[in-house]
Amino acid sequence: MKSIKIKADNLNVHYGEKQALFDVSMYMEKKQVTALIGPSGCGKSTFIRCLNRMNDVIDICKVQGKIEIDGNDIYAPDMQVEQLRERVGMVFQKPNPFPKSIFENVAYGPKIHGIAEHKSDLEEIVVNSLKKAALFDEVKDRLSDSGTSLSGGQQQRLCIARAISVNPDIILMDEPCSALDPIATARIEELMGDLKTEYTIIIVTHSMQQAARVSSRTGFFHLGKLVEVDKTETIFSNPSDQRTQDYITGRFG
Amino acid sequence: MTDRIEQRINSLNKRLNSEKRFRIYCIGAMSFALAWVLILFLNIFSSGYSAFYRTVIQVDVPFLNLIEDTTQFSEMSSEDINNLSMYSFSKKAIYRLFPDIEEKKDKKMLIRLFSIEFEQEIREFLKSNKSNINETETIYLTASDDVDQVNKGNYPRDLDEDKRRIKDIQLLFFDDLVDRGLVSYEFNLPFLMRGDSREPELAGVGGSMVGSLFTILVVLILSFPIGIFAAIYLEEFAPKNRVTDFIEININNLAAVPSIVFGLLGLGIILNTFGLPRSTPLVGGIVLSLMTLPTIIIATRASLRAVPPSIREGALAVGATKMQAVMHHVVPVAMPGALTGTIIGLAQALGETAPLLLIGMVAFVVDVPQTPLDASASLPVQVYLWSESAERGYVEKTSATIMMLLGFLILMNLAAVLIRRKFETKW
Ligand SMILES: Nc1ncnc2c1ncn2[C@@H]1O[C@H](COP(=O)(O)OP(=O)(O)OP(=O)(O)O)[C@@H](O)[C@H]1O
Ligand SMILES: [Mg+2]
Repeated sequence: MKSIKIKADNLNVHYGEKQALFDVSMYMEKKQVTALIGPSGCGKSTFIRCLNRMNDVIDICKVQGKIEIDGNDIYAPDMQVEQLRERVGMVFQKPNPFPKSIFENVAYGPKIHGIAEHKSDLEEIVVNSLKKAALFDEVKDRLSDSGTSLSGGQQQRLCIARAISVNPDIILMDEPCSALDPIATARIEELMGDLKTEYTIIIVTHSMQQAARVSSRTGFFHLGKLVEVDKTETIFSNPSDQRTQDYITGRFG
Repeated sequence: MTDRIEQRINSLNKRLNSEKRFRIYCIGAMSFALAWVLILFLNIFSSGYSAFYRTVIQVDVPFLNLIEDTTQFSEMSSEDINNLSMYSFSKKAIYRLFPDIEEKKDKKMLIRLFSIEFEQEIREFLKSNKSNINETETIYLTASDDVDQVNKGNYPRDLDEDKRRIKDIQLLFFDDLVDRGLVSYEFNLPFLMRGDSREPELAGVGGSMVGSLFTILVVLILSFPIGIFAAIYLEEFAPKNRVTDFIEININNLAAVPSIVFGLLGLGIILNTFGLPRSTPLVGGIVLSLMTLPTIIIATRASLRAVPPSIREGALAVGATKMQAVMHHVVPVAMPGALTGTIIGLAQALGETAPLLLIGMVAFVVDVPQTPLDASASLPVQVYLWSESAERGYVEKTSATIMMLLGFLILMNLAAVLIRRKFETKW
């Protein structure tokens, strides 16, 4: 039995009057890839953004319930969000590198957390992060170029490097490949395979094949409810709920 | 079948024609606006460019008549030279141009060819060259406004004598001086250096230029930081509720308040309640800051809003605090826009007249201000002041001042465009 990294308990989320998540309870295993699938607007992003409290920046968003990471309640009053986000990195749907140099993009996190004492430490972190994100070879001669000058796939890998630069435990990915072509997508999927040896990964995806390829467990969301969560093989071969069955066979969504 | 095609072609032709007509209207409107701008510029330029030149008359001044030995000047302090009585000496130097005239009336007419400060000009020459003054020195003295205008051809010579300010005998003198090659035409540096004067030929735009500069400096120092910080707070940190809505509406209202109201405010509060010195660039700057602030705040907020939210999220997601995300990533991207807004606000302030009239920056100021606490005029107020004077000299100087004002405005707007081009973030 693998150990549990994240545990959500009866999570309810409202945007103003509108409820976006209903009683979601699930756990995610350590150093595994968990995929979240479901039709558009079903609350996948809302759920994943609860895990590093990115929803805090939305004024009207109210989160009820409990989320524990390593047994600590992340919505507890004494939890510092900045510290939480250092441990729970995030890669967004659309690549969003800072309009600064490639080096600065990756160095920013370590800098603000004071992780690197010397310039050489910082350089090492940047190089290692870029290597882990499988981007280093492509950009090693142009680290001072703007991060926005890279191609879409490279930008997304830069964002992954940025996320791992602060050495998190968990990486959240919200449709990281939706803006990428199949080749770039394949690279990122390959990358996830490497990354899961060190990190716990949660990925939101619209591609059933992707979920099947990369994840060990998959959760299916529908209309704000977690319909079913199980081993990926089980979800795709033998789902217990009719709605899951309909969705993965492409009958709706 | 062919009917339908014909119908289509007809309707297409109709649409194309109406597009043509529309384009003609647009071009017409643009040409009309452009023509007005051109007429305005031509008008101002043609009546103002001559103010940048001035007429001087060459006079040989026999300093030996003032002192036994001209080397003695080098031992005198400036004060000693100020104490020398030089009036009749200077006049005699001028009479030497026409040694034959005897009558007092004619002599007076001759003196009047020169600006009233001829004695002062000779004294200044002496002061700045005191260590090597020869027995006789050639000095270029400023001609009076009337002579200047005649020389520039602005003055109708064929009017009856009693309708002219310049008399026949003076014209005779003048023509003779021209024939002897003593009248020359030079770049009017004093116009750019001096303050205002009651004599049109001596009046300069330097004082009001420095006054405007100090005023704009005060505006910049006050409104740039306040505007930027207010905008950052309102856009990034303020909770969205009734209070901030109210503040937002009022900032927009403030931008629409007629500028003269700010002048009244300055008069009532800054001068009367706080007792700051009247007519000074400091007070002018404070009043204009009130006007400029909304412009800066609105421009800065717009450029903050234009920064994609994904940048903020990217910074927050690696654990930056909200302030770090804003200061490290959002503000740098928004800065070119904020600077552009600031420059445009400053340009507005530079051309503003009405509030300055109310806080007393219309004073007649001869001295070029040394600090923002000295009484001073500003360029647009100088235009206002001179435009009321009838003398030809002031008329051309009014236009010349407008030219300078427009020049500064164009420079500032150019700077705004360049900053935006150069520092704009490329995504
Ligand atoms: N900032 C917000 N304000 C108000 N409502 C929101 C906000 N963000 C999301 N919602 C609502 O919450 C619901 C869930 O949205 P969410 O973004 O989580 O969906 P999703 O599953 O990620 O969809 P997609 O696959 O299209 O990204 C939607 O109905 C959406 O309208
Ligand atoms: Mg989403």
